[in-house]
Amino acid sequence: MMQRTIPIAILCLSGTIMVAAYFLSFAQSWGETVTTWFNILAAVALVLGAGNLIAVNLEKISSQRAGWGYAAITLASFAFMLVVGLLKVGAVPDPKHPGVAFAGSYESAASPFGWMYEYVMSPLTATMFAMLAFYVASAAFRAFRAKNVESILLLGTAFIVLLAQTAAGMFLTGWIPEDSAFAFLRLDHIKTGIMNHVQTAGMRAIMIGIALGIVAMSLRLILGIDRSYLSKN
Amino acid sequence: MTNEAQTTKARGFIGVLTRLDRRWIFLAMGLSIAVPILLKLRFPEYPGPMAKATFNAIEAVPEGSTILISFDYDPASAAELQPMASALVHHCASRRLKMVFTALWPLGKQQADRTIETVLKPFHPEYKEGVDYVQLGFQAGNEGVIKLLATNLPKQYPNDASGEAIENLPLLEGVEDLGAFKLIASVSAGYPGAKEWVLYGNGAMPDAFSVVAGSTGVQVGQLLPYYPQQLEGILVAVKGAAEYETLVEEKYPAPDSTVIGQGRVRMGPQLVAHLLMIGLIILGNVAMIAGRPRGGAR
Repeated sequence: MMQRTIPIAILCLSGTIMVAAYFLSFAQSWGETVTTWFNILAAVALVLGAGNLIAVNLEKISSQRAGWGYAAITLASFAFMLVVGLLKVGAVPDPKHPGVAFAGSYESAASPFGWMYEYVMSPLTATMFAMLAFYVASAAFRAFRAKNVESILLLGTAFIVLLAQTAAGMFLTGWIPEDSAFAFLRLDHIKTGIMNHVQTAGMRAIMIGIALGIVAMSLRLILGIDRSYLSKN
Repeated sequence: MTNEAQTTKARGFIGVLTRLDRRWIFLAMGLSIAVPILLKLRFPEYPGPMAKATFNAIEAVPEGSTILISFDYDPASAAELQPMASALVHHCASRRLKMVFTALWPLGKQQADRTIETVLKPFHPEYKEGVDYVQLGFQAGNEGVIKLLATNLPKQYPNDASGEAIENLPLLEGVEDLGAFKLIASVSAGYPGAKEWVLYGNGAMPDAFSVVAGSTGVQVGQLLPYYPQQLEGILVAVKGAAEYETLVEEKYPAPDSTVIGQGRVRMGPQLVAHLLMIGLIILGNVAMIAGRPRGGAR
């Protein structure tokens, strides 16, 4: 009983305050308090995420499932960064507060934490992102096929945007004067038209639909009609 | 050459295409990026309307005003977004705007630090921390951070990133909420980012400040519905960065073009890679059409 009633009451109260804070000036400080709770909970969620990371990877290692070695590397890296960050290992003392222990920034490049961020994490994440180019090229060759009218439209749009996003667009059609009657044939103009009219119209329709869905869902949650977020137990 | 021989040759070429190992595609993509970098291919950039709108929005802010720049990305997107972030900070500093840096992404603070170290300190040594710029750093809470900033900045950020209480920072003296800023710029790789600044920042105070954004290519679709009313300018991907750099360099030349110029450097590999993609799509379709059974069902 209490397990369900208290969360519903908290949600109902918080939701109502947030709506009221938007319209009523005297409720603004209540809204700030609720937002502060939200931000604290979001910070706690980071800790929960870390706990979940440890649990999932420990389970993978203990059951010796495929790729358990990667799980071990993940946990070792996690533990290393946590320790050198929390203990501020190698951090240079803060010049503003030289007499205060642990006052220096753990992020300085002189510390192991900063060094790992700068020379390990940054290049690794950038590398992961850069690898997309190779897979996108392979996928474009194998899957981007003009099989029907819709896919032909998609292909045509892709060609225009791909060319217009580089200097090729200007090489090919930049010679058409901006003020001539044929200026609409310039690739940069066609791309702008596609983005500002076709894409924006579609995106607005999706966003309005999502916004209406969020309003309906929020009302259902605040009124206690939808309780799917609660534990079944 | 007889028709039969031509058909055999075509089949041979189509056969190569259909059986093409994807490692050849990887190699071609690698070369299309590496060769232009090594040859330092540079092309002229012609600023488009969105880059011009972003530049003009910053030019319209009165000199000496305080603005907020949010670094809402991490190193994964830095290749696309760092050039525009560097140009933006150089542009704002050249206009003597005072800057407050925040981050909605955990690693955004480090990106802001990097920009301060590589752009602000070497190119604008007259800028003093706490007086001309403040690094507030990252706070958890996504859009919740913006919502609280809109009504009570000291409650969200009682200290700057180094732990200094904000009442001791001359730049933030008397600042109560986002209304103290003349412009908000979000360099954004996704959620939370520029869209949330429009929804919860501009939405709370529509007339208090302008909002401009730097965006990755994949995310820009979500931002376009807000342009040009709620979002006065958008820099779209590396192309947007290169166009913006051109505008900034014309009016405020940087002492070191290797820092403010990375967007234009990256346009060379982008051109060749895009042409390769178009070529691969065409070849893939040629292989599909040629491989169809003649007279058979499609």
